[in-house]
Amino acid sequence: MKRLGDLLVEKGPFSEILIGNHALVRAMIESGVQVVTSYPGSPTPEIAEAILSIPSDKNPLYFEFSTNEKVALEVAFGAAVNGRTSCVFFKSVGMNVVADSFVQLSMMEIPGGMVIVIGDDPGANSSQNEQDNRHYARMAYTPVFEPKDAQEVYDMFKAAVEYSRDLRSPVIVRLTTHTAHYKQRVNFGTYVPRQLPPALFDPISFGPYIPIAENVPVMKRRAIEKLRKWAEISERFAYAIGSKNKRGIITAGLPFLSLLDVLGEKVGDVDILRLGMVYPLPRKAITEFLRMHEQVMVLEELDDFIEQTVKAIAFEERLDVKIFGKLDIDDWIGEYTPEKVAKVLSKTWPDLVHLPKRIDSIRIVKRPPQLCPGCGHRPVFYVLSKILKDSDISVADIGCHTLGFLPPYNVGQVLLSMGHSVSTGAGLSLMNNSRRVIALLGDSTFFHAGIPGIVNAIFNNHKLTLVIMENGTTAMTGHQDHPGKKIKIRNLLEAIGVKYIWEVDTYQQDKLEEYLRAALEAPEFSVVIAKHPCMLKFTRERRKKGIVTASKLRITSRCTLARVCVSNFACPSFQIGEDGRIFVHRDLCIGDGSCMVVCPSGALELENSPVSGGDVR
Amino acid sequence: MRSFSIFLIGVGGQGIGLLSEIIARAVDYSGQKVLGVDTHGLAQRGGVVSSHIKIGEVHSPLVIPGDVDLVIALERHEALRGLSYLKPRGTLVYYDTSWQPLPVRLGREMEVTSEEIQDACNGNGVRVFRVWMELPDARMQNIALLGVVAKYSLIPNVLKEHYLRAMADMMSNKVYEANLVVFERSMEVF
Repeated sequence: MKRLGDLLVEKGPFSEILIGNHALVRAMIESGVQVVTSYPGSPTPEIAEAILSIPSDKNPLYFEFSTNEKVALEVAFGAAVNGRTSCVFFKSVGMNVVADSFVQLSMMEIPGGMVIVIGDDPGANSSQNEQDNRHYARMAYTPVFEPKDAQEVYDMFKAAVEYSRDLRSPVIVRLTTHTAHYKQRVNFGTYVPRQLPPALFDPISFGPYIPIAENVPVMKRRAIEKLRKWAEISERFAYAIGSKNKRGIITAGLPFLSLLDVLGEKVGDVDILRLGMVYPLPRKAITEFLRMHEQVMVLEELDDFIEQTVKAIAFEERLDVKIFGKLDIDDWIGEYTPEKVAKVLSKTWPDLVHLPKRIDSIRIVKRPPQLCPGCGHRPVFYVLSKILKDSDISVADIGCHTLGFLPPYNVGQVLLSMGHSVSTGAGLSLMNNSRRVIALLGDSTFFHAGIPGIVNAIFNNHKLTLVIMENGTTAMTGHQDHPGKKIKIRNLLEAIGVKYIWEVDTYQQDKLEEYLRAALEAPEFSVVIAKHPCMLKFTRERRKKGIVTASKLRITSRCTLARVCVSNFACPSFQIGEDGRIFVHRDLCIGDGSCMVVCPSGALELENSPVSGGDVR
Repeated sequence: MRSFSIFLIGVGGQGIGLLSEIIARAVDYSGQKVLGVDTHGLAQRGGVVSSHIKIGEVHSPLVIPGDVDLVIALERHEALRGLSYLKPRGTLVYYDTSWQPLPVRLGREMEVTSEEIQDACNGNGVRVFRVWMELPDARMQNIALLGVVAKYSLIPNVLKEHYLRAMADMMSNKVYEANLVVFERSMEVF
């Protein structure tokens, strides 16, 4: 068996089939990165998975999951101004969390070098939007590499580290979902362990680091001067394919690969300029490409970021070239897969595209994601769907428990961002005596961004109920640890001054219901900590220990087909047989027994004692 | 053959990630250029999960719907969803189990049957393999499928030995031995 952790610290060069996120870690190791921080979020968690797979005695990287992305960025910054090469990575919307500190970075001299890896998510595969983080780069004078595949994730990360150290400047490596997960044979170089440099933080030589009034213009000037150097570097990462056609396409990243596959044998019918850095853009390469062509299309995912600059260059250079960019709203939305690129391209140059016809007239049944069998969140949603009135307002937050908004529970009606629920709920409760407000929040998110909202609710006397769904892990992104491992949520709430706190294991459904009812009637801000360990994590850990059998759930002859287990509690283990009877799917049921109390006729029975997840910690 | 596209589809928790990793490595061992990508999304929570594999002179790992040569599905409802990605006269291999999606459990949709899949394949000139066997652990269904893929050489130029080497890369000895039994038996019975 090949072990990723051993491969990543091989001394000699090698090649291996790996995904972009894993290849990135080898690049960190070869290029002498020392400090790595993150907050988990798709599509980046496999970077952490790879770092943590390395045997600790061989691992040259300090790694931490920080409380949130901003904290992670600041830890990485602190290390880098002290001469350590650092890297922080997070998902697309993490950029909004880091923004307050991130926008300052380019004004600072960073002698260790610092790489910010962002996992953008065109197509919103696992995010609440598909924001285009290139805009942040421009706002903060920060350069951006955009690799197209796993090999380039490795190559460009190494280049980014070198240039970042040379220019003492922060740099972004922008992945998107399918470059992060792009799998191919990647060729790696040698790994020479390095001595740790001295802790060289020195505001006299490298400062100022305090951006107050008179320093700001000086620091800003430095940032923009560095950006000019980055613009020269950007020219080295742009290359053209073909030079004979009248038509050309400017593109970057994964859309470039989609384009090549869509063109197929017609690849010679159009010239291509591929950009490796998308900010700052390579002005010389673009000018020359525009000069050589009568018509140029800018093919880019999400916003018209490259297009705007390309058009400005054409105007300034007085070039007589027709430029096609985003033609309609569809061009702004979704991932530029080969299928999407074919559609976009066919609107302007249909002769270059052949889209196959799909087999149609097939019945396709939707499969919405759902809570796992045994999930401790399910009893909460089941109980809430019973006791909430139609007029009550429920506020969702980010995490597995977001899925409570789906049928059959329909709990959670509005969602902005990580940790928003308490404060959005507070706003909903203002000038509102007729409709009760209940907000939901996960435990990792509580630490991430939830606490200020709770402090505010106490400070400003907001009246609403908060349910903290504590499962002891950051479950949605693959079970990363969070501060709850050391810090008790209840202690924090008490210290903040929350007077009405109930704490309950969600498998104790009668108590859960009693406490939720009481909390909703509390005279001021109230909290129910609804705990149960993540059962997916629990069953996986059991399997690793070799325990594969679960206590078997039976449906006895007492079943009157009331269907509460299927239609209201809705554990996916309950399925409908051809005879219309309910049966328990053996591959799905984990024998947790959390369902047993919901059956009005007591027809659910376990052969042995239920599988218990134990306490959250 | 300029290129060959494979689309794998199943439900979160069925072991599609391991199957696609084994196939990608087996193709690599056969000496062909291979690209792959898994699409996770919220799949871990019982949603649809899919994997793309492309072989040959290609650049993006993402397949083009309607241009797929082989669909490997781990479940009946997903087999029908996967079928819509196939090119005419492509091949579908599916494991005959059902993880009923919510609309079926709520009685809003009929459950997909193997007859419905057979009819849909017949109607579109698709070659179909239905796989089902007694297994010690449901999480070996992926390897049962792999046995059929190997036996009928459904992926060009990839031989049994390549699949076995790839399996050995991904599994501890104990797990490998247990899966080898399933793989061999699948090659025998289908």
